[in-house]
Amino acid sequence: MTAFLTIIIVLFVAVAIWQMVKIFDLAQVGVSDTQIATDQDNKVNAYIMLAFLAFIYILTIVCFVLWGDLPLLSNAASEHGSEIDNLMIISLVVIFIVQFITQYLLHYFAFKYRGEKGKKALFYADNNTLEAIWTIIPVIVLAGLIIYGLFTWTTIMNVNEDEDPLIIELYAQQFNWKARYGGNDNTLGKANVRLIDIDKANILGLDEADPNGQDDIIVSEVHLPVGRPVLFKIRSQDVLHSAYMPHFRAQMNCVPGMITQFGFTPVTTTADMRQTPEMIDKVANINRIRADRSKELVANGEEALDPYEFHYLLLCNKICGKSHYNMQMNIIVETQEEYDAWISEQKEFKDSLIK
Amino acid sequence: MSTHADTHEHEDNHGHHHKETFITKYIFSQDHKMISKQYLITGTIMGVIGVLMSVMFRIQIAWPEEPNVLFEALLGKWAPDGVMDADVYLALVTIHGTIMVFFLLTAGLSGTFSNLLIPLQIGARDMASGFLNMISYWLFFLSAIIMLGSLFVEAGPAAAGWTIYPPLSALPMAQGGSGMGMTLWLISMAIFIASSLLGSLNYIVTVINLRTKGMSMTRLPLTIWAFFVTAIIGVVSFPVLLSAALLLIMDRSFGTSFFLSDIFIQGEVLHYQGGSPVLFEHLFWFLGHPEVYIVILPAMGIVSEILASNSRKPIFGYRAMIASILAIAFLSTIVWGHHMFVSGMNPFLGSVFTFTTLLIAIPSAVKAFNWITTIWKGNIQMNTAMLFSIGFVSTFITGGLTGIILGDSALDINVHDTYFVIAHFHLVMGISALYGMFAGVYHWYPKMFGRMMNKNLGYIHFWVTAVCAYGVFFPMHFIGMAGLPRRYYTNTAFPLFDDLHDVNVVITVFAIIGAVFQIVFLYNFFVSMFYGKRATQNPWKSTTLEWTTPVEHLHGNWPGAIPHVYRWPYDYSNPGHDVDFVPQNVPLKEGEEELHH
Repeated sequence: MTAFLTIIIVLFVAVAIWQMVKIFDLAQVGVSDTQIATDQDNKVNAYIMLAFLAFIYILTIVCFVLWGDLPLLSNAASEHGSEIDNLMIISLVVIFIVQFITQYLLHYFAFKYRGEKGKKALFYADNNTLEAIWTIIPVIVLAGLIIYGLFTWTTIMNVNEDEDPLIIELYAQQFNWKARYGGNDNTLGKANVRLIDIDKANILGLDEADPNGQDDIIVSEVHLPVGRPVLFKIRSQDVLHSAYMPHFRAQMNCVPGMITQFGFTPVTTTADMRQTPEMIDKVANINRIRADRSKELVANGEEALDPYEFHYLLLCNKICGKSHYNMQMNIIVETQEEYDAWISEQKEFKDSLIK
Repeated sequence: MSTHADTHEHEDNHGHHHKETFITKYIFSQDHKMISKQYLITGTIMGVIGVLMSVMFRIQIAWPEEPNVLFEALLGKWAPDGVMDADVYLALVTIHGTIMVFFLLTAGLSGTFSNLLIPLQIGARDMASGFLNMISYWLFFLSAIIMLGSLFVEAGPAAAGWTIYPPLSALPMAQGGSGMGMTLWLISMAIFIASSLLGSLNYIVTVINLRTKGMSMTRLPLTIWAFFVTAIIGVVSFPVLLSAALLLIMDRSFGTSFFLSDIFIQGEVLHYQGGSPVLFEHLFWFLGHPEVYIVILPAMGIVSEILASNSRKPIFGYRAMIASILAIAFLSTIVWGHHMFVSGMNPFLGSVFTFTTLLIAIPSAVKAFNWITTIWKGNIQMNTAMLFSIGFVSTFITGGLTGIILGDSALDINVHDTYFVIAHFHLVMGISALYGMFAGVYHWYPKMFGRMMNKNLGYIHFWVTAVCAYGVFFPMHFIGMAGLPRRYYTNTAFPLFDDLHDVNVVITVFAIIGAVFQIVFLYNFFVSMFYGKRATQNPWKSTTLEWTTPVEHLHGNWPGAIPHVYRWPYDYSNPGHDVDFVPQNVPLKEGEEELHH
């Protein structure tokens, strides 16, 4: 019944708007006898063009002031992250210069050269010099960006195995993450989803006979020692997922049937990141928002929200089904000692099997 | 050229042979003008549905998990107690994307204006094959019905995103929408592709063969160039999507493993072995990327035409405009991999695709600067179509510039699949193409319906839409740069993003206002059909051939002989003439040289 009433109400609102438009339409009868722009229309719209230009500029400024101070543009937590951020800032500067100038020209010309009766436009069909200029300038700017971009990309994607990176497997499933460490030998045992045996708690499908796999460690929270390169080997058991670690400027899809990889070096521990001024501000702001929201919830008899504490995150960033929006895992960057202490408490694969 | 003239004389009486009934005139019509209107109205209806869906999921993002009577009414069991279900959220974004990209901006835009303008502007009686043209429309109609029908199946419509990546789209147990809903989606798209191919072939053949005497390729209006090249891209790339859809159907229903391998889902191992989802991504984006140019090129052509006509100036750099259309078309087929930088493909390929992708910025920049120069020192008539065309250039620049970031593989790592991407492509191909479509409707309405649309309603429609379009999509760049992934049903699972909630509310408010104000357009569009002021033959004082046909439509377009063409299409404010426009069918004066290039 409410459904029916709602549809009726929505229809009435639509009809009401339609009728208002109609009244506006009918009110003009006799006011203008032509539906072609007159000098007056040209003038009014020309001034609105200027106002619209101002709107675009103001919107840009407002967005930057309110939301431009992004932790994701400043405190990258990985070695290559600052490279990406530099390139991003250079690109943004180029974009905003071009945007500022071209929008100005477009809207200002629309204003300045508004039509008037009796005026004749300039017959100006071609100019090879001009066209050469605005072909060559983008070529030069883009060449710079391409070269810088490709250099950065190659550095990031070419993992140097000589640096003895810590090997960790990220394992995605609807709607969960697991991680697997290679153990003392830093080598992952062979695995395939066909070997999964839930009854024996072999949830990642490790080859139980592979000697490399015996000391593997399966966890649901990633710990990384600061300063040591890490190489993620990424698997998925069911559909596409994407391992997105925004603070480390890292992302790679998880593809069933193949192993993908992404490597980086974390440079800031979770504890240090929490102490940066930007992060302190951000967390305080978020907690203020959550406190306000909690008041409403409590007033409605629901539970208050927990206060927020910063963690590096691994998010799923490829549509993967119903709970895609809540597929996450914490990543903790800590000192080598803390890491060693944590890893020594974890159970090895051979001991975790139910015999 | 003499053969052309012969055919025309032969066909001169063509139009009078038919006895037209209601059915042959309005339903199974073979007249390109009627088919164009059919495309436009079907596209508009699909567009309204697509926009309504976007309003619903925007409300969900701004006020997550709150009961909403609107959801309860429209979604029924998908919104128990008025709270939207997570599956239906994904279904809404999927069908919104599919409808807007394919049904509105491909069929609705190309179908309408290619059909209307190709015969009229090149001086032809009709399309090369009126029958194929009719079949093309009715296949489109059928695919639209199937797509809408999929909304009503038991387990819900397709919900794997408009890119339908397997395995999510291949496995019914992965998601409710991957059952019957996805089957219908694939069938609908297969029919849609057949329709699109028939249409495109017809456009290509018509442009090549049926140009009137004197209409050389370098005297074609830029609209025709754009439609022509768009049709070629369509013919080259759509079959690849068809093959991907067929292979996916094989995987889903016949046990093959083209895209699937090593899958363990819901407690069991599936038999699939040896396929790869990355292969599907390649096949999909081999169409998917040219597709955005299939959407934007016709809009570019329309805008070029309208900017010149309303500035009373020739388009600046006519030859460069043609060259840039060709360059864009060529490059568009070798850049698809920029959607796949983090898909797991070889990083070296990423470098190649970064290079080719950023090259596209060059012809695009040439076009933008040429449009700006076109209005420079013009005598600009602020008709509604002109406002939408200026709006097009504005959003095309704003949206296009961020392509420099997304096309750069190193930067894409961190903004891939975030709201930054949504902001980018909605501005550069969504809103821009929509503006091109609106501009076209306002400009050629007198040609289509013999009446004028109301200009003041047009002004309201444009300015509110323009403000809302920026209000919705500009702030989205910032939540994207803050790392917010797209296609999240709610962001409440991540306290990290709590401070972005305000932005989402602002965006939703702009989206609702913008959607509601489209009623102004719908009113203007439908009411003007019957009550609009009667149009004159050439209301905008344009030079192209469609304005030499009578206001009343006739099958065959021109009552007498087809006009011959003597000059290029942009003789506006030519200093050798007293009037500020010289139509293409006016012979050169004695001693006059054709003034272009």
